[in-house]
Amino acid sequence: MGEFRMPALGADMEQGKLIEWLVKPGDYVHRGDMVAVIDTDKADIDVESFEEGVVAELLVEVGTTVPVGGVLARITQTPAAGVAPAGRTAPVPVPVPAPVPVPAAATSGSVSPPVRRLAHSLGIDTGDLHGTGRNGAVTRADVEAAARASAPAPAPEKPDADRVRSSPRARRVAGELGVDLAAVSGTGLKGAITETDVRRSASAEVGTSAVAGTSAEAEPAAVTEPPVTEPPVTKPPVTEPAAEPPIPAPADRAESLRRAIGTLMTRSKREIPHYYLSTTLDLGAALAWMAEVNQARPISARLVPAALLLKAAALAAKEVPEVNGFFTDETFRPSRAVHLGVAVALRRGGLVAPAIHDADTLPVEVLMDQLRDLVGRARAGRLQRAEMADPTITVTNLGDLGVESVFGVIYPPQVALVGLGRVLEQPFARNGLIGVRPAVTATLSADHRVSDGLRGGRFLARMEELLQKPEEL
Amino acid sequence: MNEQDARAAVRQAIGQVAPDVDLDEEAETARLRQDLELDSLDFLRLIETIAQTTGVDTPERDYAQVGTVKGLIDYVAAHGRGAGE
Repeated sequence: MGEFRMPALGADMEQGKLIEWLVKPGDYVHRGDMVAVIDTDKADIDVESFEEGVVAELLVEVGTTVPVGGVLARITQTPAAGVAPAGRTAPVPVPVPAPVPVPAAATSGSVSPPVRRLAHSLGIDTGDLHGTGRNGAVTRADVEAAARASAPAPAPEKPDADRVRSSPRARRVAGELGVDLAAVSGTGLKGAITETDVRRSASAEVGTSAVAGTSAEAEPAAVTEPPVTEPPVTKPPVTEPAAEPPIPAPADRAESLRRAIGTLMTRSKREIPHYYLSTTLDLGAALAWMAEVNQARPISARLVPAALLLKAAALAAKEVPEVNGFFTDETFRPSRAVHLGVAVALRRGGLVAPAIHDADTLPVEVLMDQLRDLVGRARAGRLQRAEMADPTITVTNLGDLGVESVFGVIYPPQVALVGLGRVLEQPFARNGLIGVRPAVTATLSADHRVSDGLRGGRFLARMEELLQKPEEL
Repeated sequence: MNEQDARAAVRQAIGQVAPDVDLDEEAETARLRQDLELDSLDFLRLIETIAQTTGVDTPERDYAQVGTVKGLIDYVAAHGRGAGE
């Protein structure tokens, strides 16, 4: 008899909310088959089975928050041993967490970077604003209206009757998948749009339109019929909203993510004696090689500099084991595999750092594909357990957005973080002559309990050497 | 391709890559990276989407020309099917 338990999806996780079962009683699952979707502070995480057998019983209803280690389902090794008569195993009909019409004031929609900047310059806290834009997004007009503090609060642009009823989660997912809620037909209470409606609409679009192979396509699992979509059979009229557990609004996820990052980074800075190194990597050879191979490739197969840098970092980590592994219980456990965490900034704020598994063994093209897939899914808020749990070293690449160097904070229990800045043309001297070359500042934040500057320096030096032969990466 | 079609294609593609950006609110001089905060992967997906909808392939050497919303619209208009017809 096996048990499927709430996993710890990161060093800081204490509990998670079950939001979808991907199996039903009687299903046969192999090790590694996805069983459930767990809502954490960071993303919705697909969690796999560690057992092989038949799902005997689902013990927890969708919408329940369970502490790490809590039993979610029973899995039996042979079909005969465990499956009780169908009538008993069927999960008790759950009051479906139907979309609750959220009071407009409580909804704070997404804020695009330009609007965020405007709000900042005007001293407006966008968290207090009611967005009137698409999908509840906060617009320039909202910010400007708020800035005229004496003026009355901005009136909604549309009468309420025209508003599409939808759950906060549905709106968030719609925003991420680029789905127009007005075009989705709702199957929820009073025709409200559920998350599943949105995902179904998004995947329907994928067939015909030109969504690039990232977020929308990457979620076939979500299209399978979860029981959640079925409207409650007969429910009393919705006069008792108190009975419905509130669904976290998008702002809640952003806030809880911010709290989770704060907690983890506080722990890192308290426990890990960081040291920092910095060096300049000459990218002349790497970028010339990349430009040449990209010329012959369709856009979808083109490389970006980050792919080469990540591969070099993974290979260097393999050669310098003191930067690759976990420090737990006062002991460093180096990892033979290099699961390269990639810090992904989310457009609504915050970041997650899921892993590209065995990055050191992947050809650059494959690593590039996996990077695009991973970043797409991270931004869509849907990752897999192993991606969240496994990184052995993390790379943060802030260079795309302009800074020259970044000295990061290590993700416990990892022992090193690599920071990559912007690719710049830099003057340099060789053999008494001055020239210009593209270069990037690479930094290493590492754990002094595990390594010293000499070994850390070796890591950065290996990255530089590896990048001089890009065709061998 | 005329400018109007190019503009529509660019706006649609940005809407897919960065659904949180409301282009009605942004000047077309907005820079894709610094102002709209598209990273290199977003940018790749953006020009890939445009290539699929308009047939305009932006080679790497032309990336510098398409750094703003307006630059991208002009580029698509100049290189789209029917240009010069």
